[in-house]
Amino acid sequence: MTTLTKTEDSPAPTGADPFLSVRDLYVRFSTEDGIVKAVDGLSFDLERGRTLGIVGESGSGKSVTNLAVLGLHNPKSTTISGEILLDGQELTGAREKTLERLRGNKMAMIFQDPLTALSPYYTVGRQIAEPFVKHTGASKREGRLRAVEMLGKVGIPQPQTRVDDYPHQFSGGMRQRAMIAMSLVCNPSLLIADEPTTALDVTVQAQILDLLKDLQQEFGSAIILITHDLGVVANTADDILVMYAGRAVERGSVKEVLQSPRHPYTWGLLGSMPRLSGDVEQPLKPIPGTPPSLLNPPPGCPFHPRCAYTGEVGGDRCSSERPVLPEGRGGACHLTAERKQSIFIEDIQPALG
Amino acid sequence: MSNDTTTATADAGTPLRDAVPGTALLEVEGLTKHFPIYGGFPVKRRVGAVQAVDGIDLAVHEGESFGLVGESGCGKSTTGRLLTRLLEPTGGRITYNGQDITHAGRKQLAPIRSEIQMIFQDPYSSLNPRQTVGSIIGGPMEINGMNPPGGREMRVRELLETVGLNPEHYNRFPHEFSGGQRQRIGVARALALEPKLIVADEPVSALDVSIQAQVVNLLQNLQRELGIAFLFIAHDLAVVRHFSQRVAVMYLGKIVEVGDRDSIYNRPRHPYTHALLSAVPEATVTAARDGEGRERIRLAGDVPSPINPPSGCRFRTRCWKAQDRCAKEEPPLIRLGGNREGHLTACHFPEEPTTAAREEDVILDPALLAAEKGTGAGSAGPVGKVDR
Repeated sequence: MTTLTKTEDSPAPTGADPFLSVRDLYVRFSTEDGIVKAVDGLSFDLERGRTLGIVGESGSGKSVTNLAVLGLHNPKSTTISGEILLDGQELTGAREKTLERLRGNKMAMIFQDPLTALSPYYTVGRQIAEPFVKHTGASKREGRLRAVEMLGKVGIPQPQTRVDDYPHQFSGGMRQRAMIAMSLVCNPSLLIADEPTTALDVTVQAQILDLLKDLQQEFGSAIILITHDLGVVANTADDILVMYAGRAVERGSVKEVLQSPRHPYTWGLLGSMPRLSGDVEQPLKPIPGTPPSLLNPPPGCPFHPRCAYTGEVGGDRCSSERPVLPEGRGGACHLTAERKQSIFIEDIQPALG
Repeated sequence: MSNDTTTATADAGTPLRDAVPGTALLEVEGLTKHFPIYGGFPVKRRVGAVQAVDGIDLAVHEGESFGLVGESGCGKSTTGRLLTRLLEPTGGRITYNGQDITHAGRKQLAPIRSEIQMIFQDPYSSLNPRQTVGSIIGGPMEINGMNPPGGREMRVRELLETVGLNPEHYNRFPHEFSGGQRQRIGVARALALEPKLIVADEPVSALDVSIQAQVVNLLQNLQRELGIAFLFIAHDLAVVRHFSQRVAVMYLGKIVEVGDRDSIYNRPRHPYTHALLSAVPEATVTAARDGEGRERIRLAGDVPSPINPPSGCRFRTRCWKAQDRCAKEEPPLIRLGGNREGHLTACHFPEEPTTAAREEDVILDPALLAAEKGTGAGSAGPVGKVDR
């Protein structure tokens, strides 16, 4: 997504192909109650060595998007359309065998809860070695050595002995480290971290995030960091994609999005977060209402029922016309750019402290 | 523990909230809770104890909000449950309004229970799915034989309105509500008996960010308008800072530092408080990126097991200042020179009272240190330090 910062003059990034490119992705689940539009026309790019933070509340489609990239949805109940290109290879219609060769090898995932993501039945070392043995054809012994090496790299003390431990013998932070070791064992070019630190304490969270950042410098992977915490993204990511009701509502570099956000939902997120440096006498500014049901998302801009600025657009554009998210830096909102800037400077920024 | 909270100078904007009347509503001295562990075969014997809470002192004053922060497993929830007497303390004393309730029986507790209410963390498991909202909120009144003027139903509808729900939802079931709305029902239930103290155990951590702010604002308004004292238990330091006038930091069953909000967040003395504050990710680019403004401390490992806690100071195994004395002698919770009244710290070698960036980051995590040295972060000084 380096193109983002440069696209002011060239809106269509046609030159160098990005490493991961998602175009018009739709993911729909058919359920008893109807069709859930979990991801609704999402596009983004990611380049090697960069970190993309995907931010949104629960149910905004951030995890679903990434499971689609990995091809982990149940094909029976899921309809996926659009284009997912990983290093030029199309993944949406790919056969299971092709995906199997890529998963754990070229692309890997770190899950939120390491206790449920690790099998209690196998030793940590065996689980770390498994993708390595499978993808490189190494012997079990080589796999074990590799597991020891990886455990050492992620900072597990005495990796030679801990490699034979079971997940229940590890603490929460160590399990997450083991997960990271497992995902990095084949030097993946794409690493998807789905809320990697939500289940952890703050001091451990800081260790893990710093470790991810440092390991990325060493391995040069592209990372997608999914989180609901803007603070985590501010620390770790290069670019931000804000999602709401299955759509991307804003994107830009971390600096751009945090310093001059261009979508009322991003304003709401920033305003509802208490900060260590904020003014304690200033009440938080929550977003009114609740996130919409994806069975029947609101027409037009999905955020309009909760938005305080629909009156400024005039007419019923917000509830009838779907705002377009421009390529590169921008927000999917009908407000004019100047108006957005003045609202942010006058109304939002002072309250952020 | 001092009863005085001189915070009026710090937050001059609202003297009403911060100048807390001196009377302590709830006082705790040396509160201890050890959960026994049984093992052995064929006869099960007591083989040890989880020292969840190990001798804490605190006082909650009338109408104030007292925050309790710490990482998981530090005993903050157990403390909350001991104070509401959902658990029986192993030792120590709990005094409510001058009355000793440490080992009070059911009958003696009954009138007090209506004055101390609790809000639980998980809005999905703390509401009975088979009861309507009306009977969930009206239940406490029925049990306590309260007959408010206009009838209970009328009062429940009022409460629903107070917490921002539609009074027409009286006959609905919990599953018809979203997480934030359910938490509001939990708040209404806690308010039903007009309590003087509410113990809120992670009331917003299960909610989405935008909803979290709604509930925090609701609780804050209730606290101001109804003058209810809060014991606010949470792991999110920013939320606690926003909500509480006084804050205690817990580590492994002990309070390591307590003081008014300004002292804890701007002039912390205990190394653990420093480490906690420096670990909070801030959604600002300048602070996060350039490393300017705030210090950076990365502890190694996790919290040790409370079954066999370290001797002396419990934080010494993860502390960068630990010396022999820390292992032998447990530091008392005292007021250090230069600290405000009411700001107590339990540390032999306290830190400077500032959270500004240090000349060298403190990095105790071996993997992190290795990675940063490897990527050219500069030569390391003494063990565990990286030059800026």
